[in-house]
Amino acid sequence: MATTEVERRRGQLAALSIAAVVIIVGVPLWWRTTETYRAWLPVSQIKELAKLQLHLSADVEVVFARGTVTPEQQKKVPLTQTQNMEHRVDEDTALSYRYETRYRTATIMEEDALNQPTAAEADLSLHTLSESPSGSLVVYVIPESSSLLPQNVDVYIGQRRTALLRIGSQMRVGKTLEQLLAHMEPRIKQVLHVMSFSHTDITAALSNRVRISPGNKESIADSMRAFKSSPGYEITFSLLNPDPKSHRLHWDIEGAVETYIQPLLTKLSPVANFSIDSQTLYYAMLGVNPRFDSSRSTYTLNADSLAHVINPVEARLGSNAASSNPVLNFLLYIPDAHHSPLYIHDHKKQQVPTNAFHSPRWGGIMIIRQCWVYNVNEFYEVDTVFPVDINIDMAKVMGVFLAQLRLLLGVQSSTPPPGFLVAPCGNAGLADWELDRLMWSRSVENIATATTTITSLAQLLDQIGNIVINDNIAQQVSSAVTSLQLAVSELEAGNLGFALQYSKEAILSSERAFFDPSLLHLLYFPDDQKFAIYIPLFLPMCVPILLSLLKIVSEARQKHREKKPKKD
Amino acid sequence: YVRGIFKNLHGWFINCLRYLFCCFQDRAGQFFSSGHTNNWAVLVCTSRFWFNYRHVANTLSVYRSVKRLGIPDSHIVLMLADDMACNHRNPKPATVFSHKNMELNVYGDDVEVDYRGYEVTVENFLRILTGRLPPSTPRSKRLLSDDRSNILIYLTGHGGNGFLKFQDSEEISNVELADAFEQMWQKRRYNELLFIIDTCQGASMYERFYSPNLMALASSQVGEDSLSHQPDLAIGVHLMDRYTFYLLEFLEDIHPASKTNMNDLFKVCPKSQCVSTPGHRTDLFLRDPGSVLITDFFGSVRKVELTMETINLTDPIEQLESAESGELQKEMHTYADQLPVSEIIHQKPKQKDWHPPDGFILGLWTLILLVFFQTYGVKHLKHIF
Repeated sequence: MATTEVERRRGQLAALSIAAVVIIVGVPLWWRTTETYRAWLPVSQIKELAKLQLHLSADVEVVFARGTVTPEQQKKVPLTQTQNMEHRVDEDTALSYRYETRYRTATIMEEDALNQPTAAEADLSLHTLSESPSGSLVVYVIPESSSLLPQNVDVYIGQRRTALLRIGSQMRVGKTLEQLLAHMEPRIKQVLHVMSFSHTDITAALSNRVRISPGNKESIADSMRAFKSSPGYEITFSLLNPDPKSHRLHWDIEGAVETYIQPLLTKLSPVANFSIDSQTLYYAMLGVNPRFDSSRSTYTLNADSLAHVINPVEARLGSNAASSNPVLNFLLYIPDAHHSPLYIHDHKKQQVPTNAFHSPRWGGIMIIRQCWVYNVNEFYEVDTVFPVDINIDMAKVMGVFLAQLRLLLGVQSSTPPPGFLVAPCGNAGLADWELDRLMWSRSVENIATATTTITSLAQLLDQIGNIVINDNIAQQVSSAVTSLQLAVSELEAGNLGFALQYSKEAILSSERAFFDPSLLHLLYFPDDQKFAIYIPLFLPMCVPILLSLLKIVSEARQKHREKKPKKD
Repeated sequence: YVRGIFKNLHGWFINCLRYLFCCFQDRAGQFFSSGHTNNWAVLVCTSRFWFNYRHVANTLSVYRSVKRLGIPDSHIVLMLADDMACNHRNPKPATVFSHKNMELNVYGDDVEVDYRGYEVTVENFLRILTGRLPPSTPRSKRLLSDDRSNILIYLTGHGGNGFLKFQDSEEISNVELADAFEQMWQKRRYNELLFIIDTCQGASMYERFYSPNLMALASSQVGEDSLSHQPDLAIGVHLMDRYTFYLLEFLEDIHPASKTNMNDLFKVCPKSQCVSTPGHRTDLFLRDPGSVLITDFFGSVRKVELTMETINLTDPIEQLESAESGELQKEMHTYADQLPVSEIIHQKPKQKDWHPPDGFILGLWTLILLVFFQTYGVKHLKHIF
């Protein structure tokens, strides 16, 4: 009797101990060994960044030259004014613009500079006096009597960051400073709209984040044409020679790139890296047949047929296989002897002066004009010895390519308001204020893209509990968040260069984190498959344990019930 | 009499003006009607083995059409098992035919397969779509689309309700595909996406899509099988699937300047020809399908603007010879080691995930049962049960 009791107790103890081992040791061990490694992410900071609040500030200095302010008005100058404008783009994005305007009178050296004969020279000498930092503007107010500007022009926008504004003489007679400033304000607003950031540009830069209904057709075309912000671009210059038997082409591409293109790219180096290469393609046809225009005895290409030119050529162009940067292709086509000279006609059947066209986000194609080529006659004589040597005037060619490059990179030259005269952009191909505008929109675009990337990555990692988050991804995310916070604060402070640099770092880290190849494992692990894996492992083991525990419990209850009547 | 002529001329003039105005509007409208600037195509054949000849022929036919309509190879990602053309059972090596009597060789001379053989896996397909490729992947194997790209995705193979079989060893589910498209949308990797699938029960694959700007076509509904078109007695296998055969006939009539729209594509291969019922899904697409041109997805019609400005450059070109000093600097170049052997042999082995050894679970059960039996004997089993 006692042995069965001992046996039974031993059995119960065995079952209980096995159950204890399974629950206390086994279950935590299984949990630890099957959990996915997820490094810590700064989720709260990411949530803060999801609500993007961008503050952009610009410093404007308005300098009154002699003859623009009366002595009583002059007493109140120097003066500083701040203007704030808030815009709410959507529920997650808000913009606020701040213009800090400082008014002062001109120094003697500046007065001397303003006495130059032409506006361009005045601009140059003003620049030698002081260099304004990135993002700021200086507006020089000159009296009506000044001869710097032609008759119908009120504002001259220089190549650096200065503008010359001419006010009418009747504005300053008998008016206080406040009235003068109020009178000048619309003009200064227009100058700011042209030379500094504008609401349309900034909202266009936010297009990645906010789906804005497009305003007008021009803005749609602008947003489709320019390349998106990227850390690097590749530029390829190609010379297409369909007829090597007739033409032997010489183009000094290295020298031309060094002299004409490289200054622009060096100036744009804070924005992106550029790599340039060039090639010559022989027997590359255009793919469309030009028509002979007997009235002008030239061959013509209609604007409608231009869209079909690019595809056959693109297959032969090739690209640098090493990087994934966007490629800008610039092609120069020399028509063959039978179709020479070849001109492009627009919709109104007029010759296009540049003889070139470009395709949004792809590049540009130019057909050489006879006048830009040395050493060839308009018509070939009967006894010409083929192949004919042709030297290409690279200055004209590069002028067109530079204009196309500016358009494709997003340096928009929208028509200025009436009464404005914009100086030509000079040999670097880019005015300082155009660079500032590009930097503003690029910074905003980078910040918007990086915040969207980080937010969607955090959401994705949150939703799919199975993805492994390695340490390097967590580190990239943290550094992206830090860079974003720094970029937003630098933008608020008005340090454009630093803001752009931090925003570029933020983009790099966020893209590296989002596109990390390791974020694909265990992406989709449905629950029914999990059950299907674990049930054959654990169910046979758990059934005896559970049953024995149930037996113990029922025996204990029975004993308890037996005890009770005994007690009574 | 003169007045009559004048009236005629006047009317003719007004008509001319109206026509010109419409033309101009059309051209300007065409620029803005679709928001894309470039086109990409991802064409995937998910089967291998000789008896799945028709899937390879399907994919290659679509590849040919897409190339003919203008999309260059650099913008096409073609995934094929590519074991047909040089298969031992192919009576005409280096060819893949799509019409019986060997009329049309779709393999051709210039096919560029980006992922071939065992590289066609679910993982690689998802990596292409989401962009999570290792940094060493060359440009031709990547989908480098941006927010203004229209992408055409064509899948063919064997499928079922909610999944598609890849190379007889793995499957992709419709949930995974929908999530991949959502990740593409989050990173704005497409402007509009057209998804065509030619498998059995193909409509189940687009049921779960939830991202905007997706249009989907399938060759059969859930519960139906997609059938093949015609066998060739010389080659011995079926050459094409019905849906793709009629799709191809439809595409042969399209040229780069044609104005056919998507509503015509939805009518391709009705039940009388296809036996199965093709389906489509357009509720996620923002534009009206009647205004979407076929060439928006299958071709590559570039938008073009005339360049009106030029920059006046006046500096002469610097002569580079003068920049260099007299003697050339000699640099020592060494041959780059393609395979750093010394690094490899001294590398620590990569830590693989630990898996329990085979038969572990069976062994574990046996051990537990053995322990019980040994301790308590068989007759005491009733204490436990």
